[in-house]
Amino acid sequence: MDIVVCVKRVPLTEEVDLVIDEQKKGIKKDQLAFVLNDWDNYAIEEAILIKERHGGTVTAVTVGNEDDEEVLRRCLAMGADRAVRVEAGDMSRFDSYGITKILCRVVKEQPYDLIFTGVLANDDYHGMVGMMMAEELGINHANMVIGIEVEDGKLQTTSELEGGLGEVSIVQLPALLAIQTGINEPRYVSILGIRKAAKKELKVIDLSELGMTDEELAPRALIDEVYLPPETEGAQILSGDPAAIATEVVEILTKKGVME
Amino acid sequence: MSEIFVIVEHRLNEIRDISFEMLWKACELAQTHSHTVTAILLGHEVNALAEQISDRADTVLLFDDERCKNFNAGTYKEIVAALIQESNPILTLIGNTSWGMELAPCLAVKTGYPLGTDCIDISFQDGKLIAQRQMYDGKIFSNISFADSPGYLLTVRSGVFAKDPLGQRKAEIVKKDFPLAEVPLKKEFVEYVETAAGDVDISQAELLISVGRGIGEEENITLVREFAEALGGIVSCSRPIVDKNWLPKYLQVGTSGKSVSPKVYIAIGISGAFQHMAGVTGAGTIIAINKDHKAPIFRTADYGIVDDLFKIVPALKDKVQELKKG
Ligand SMILES: Cc1cc2nc3c(=O)[nH]c(=O)nc-3n(C[C@H](O)[C@H](O)[C@H](O)COP(=O)(O)OP(=O)(O)OC[C@H]3O[C@@H](n4cnc5c(N)ncnc54)[C@H](O)[C@@H]3O)c2cc1C
Ligand SMILES: Nc1ncnc2c1ncn2[C@@H]1O[C@H](COP(=O)(O)O)[C@@H](O)[C@H]1O
Repeated sequence: MDIVVCVKRVPLTEEVDLVIDEQKKGIKKDQLAFVLNDWDNYAIEEAILIKERHGGTVTAVTVGNEDDEEVLRRCLAMGADRAVRVEAGDMSRFDSYGITKILCRVVKEQPYDLIFTGVLANDDYHGMVGMMMAEELGINHANMVIGIEVEDGKLQTTSELEGGLGEVSIVQLPALLAIQTGINEPRYVSILGIRKAAKKELKVIDLSELGMTDEELAPRALIDEVYLPPETEGAQILSGDPAAIATEVVEILTKKGVME
Repeated sequence: MSEIFVIVEHRLNEIRDISFEMLWKACELAQTHSHTVTAILLGHEVNALAEQISDRADTVLLFDDERCKNFNAGTYKEIVAALIQESNPILTLIGNTSWGMELAPCLAVKTGYPLGTDCIDISFQDGKLIAQRQMYDGKIFSNISFADSPGYLLTVRSGVFAKDPLGQRKAEIVKKDFPLAEVPLKKEFVEYVETAAGDVDISQAELLISVGRGIGEEENITLVREFAEALGGIVSCSRPIVDKNWLPKYLQVGTSGKSVSPKVYIAIGISGAFQHMAGVTGAGTIIAINKDHKAPIFRTADYGIVDDLFKIVPALKDKVQELKKG
């Protein structure tokens, strides 16, 4: 089974005060730390687990800049066989459909039975690249996948629905699955592991080599403006030392009738 | 004047709330901009469902076919794309649900219409469609617009619009024939499976002590458990804790877990993603402990403690134990 996994590097935004950039089209990223998108971490792990059980290859692909190779190296260290990066220059000129078309172009060049994406990327929160790729490639698909069993030429998948319900389906190969968090327990990657994986192939393709026209990649969805969340009344903040806060909390709990 | 399509989502013979919410928003937009509302209902033996929404649309297009009994994006996308091409609705609303998130991107490729996902508001400003959404875990909002197109597709976040009918509409229910002779079912439905029930039912709890990724390590959950025990509350959690297998799924609060309605909900190291908060709309009082003062949870909590949970939770536990000893 040959599996291609699309991965993206995203900024960590926890405990940082995000700053809007001058054009008001995005956030300032120079001070942020970056990681592999959480969903993609589960996707790459799942691909490697399938490879370990059923043989085949795993290829990680990203569209991005040189810094984004960091997440590809991580995928290689986890057990991917090779990695591909498409150097696309200024990424802000593409929308998700543009990225989709680039990814499809790259994927078509190689043999695959299965393609994985994450359900969502933590930065833009679009959740659309996966299913758009499936449609663009004309292959079968399942979304929000939390379970995969490989059978002869097909898969049994479990998709997560709202309220804790799972939907079991049979999907014929080739197929694209968008992977949801929790499907497995992604393995730990050490610095040493990343260093060792440096020997593995990481191919860089320049967008210009793909022969795609500007028209083809023109965005259809455009960010007009980004801004900080509108002020709301928000929580009443309890302050003081931990003991003083504890006293206040206990008063609240008593008032609400949950302290017997 | 044009049409607004709403793709009605239903499961196990029940219309899902998101469908009512989209119909509400569609009616509001239709009122202000003189559009009409067309509800698209695909299913098998769903006449009763069509009746349930007939006061919320001008037309209900009803497809009754065995193959639409369960949602199947492969079948749905063929039918909906054909309908869109037939009437060119200015706007098509789809739920930003597990199913909608599979259907909408496929439709965008099929129809060539621009797509915006997970929208929390929608408006036409000077004739231009603007959608409001969130990025970066809800820490940033954005307004998006689209390249010129005969129509647009938007998916709508659950729980942001009202569920009630809006205005006076009486839909004509129009039965449509299946426009396609044969739709290959490349994904076959097998069954629904429920999350295994556990020894506690958090949806019935009066006091929940809920732990999130901020707890850092599995061992640290003990701290939360001891606090909950001292207080006589029940431990629940956010999704990453379940994803890591630190606690069972039946303790998860949120859209893909359980909805809870305790008198008091104490959120410890939880950022307040909307998928989590959607599960606590029924909570009486929410107290949040988080060291990031910009964490979205402080926007909806009643009380906030901006500090390290490893300082606050032990102090809380001590205080409660001291009081209970009396
Ligand atoms: C389709 C779908 C369905 C989902 N369903 C659910 C669901 O049902 N339930 C759910 O919960 N999520 C759900 N999610 C995931 C959701 O989007 C969030 O990723 C998740 O809720 C985040 O959990 P968290 O708040 O525990 O973790 P994080 O977002 O990582 O937040 C951890 C918080 O802890 C704080 N923190 C860290 N260290 C400390 C410390 N020492 N002291 C105090 N605070 C600290 C940080 O500031 C941060 O705010 C779903 C996502 C998708 C895409
Ligand atoms: N630039 C990119 N390079 C490779 N894969 C991507 C890229 N952007 C998005 N993806 C994939 O698409 C999924 C969903 O992303 P999105 O639609 O942007 O929320 C991610 O989890 C990735 O698997």
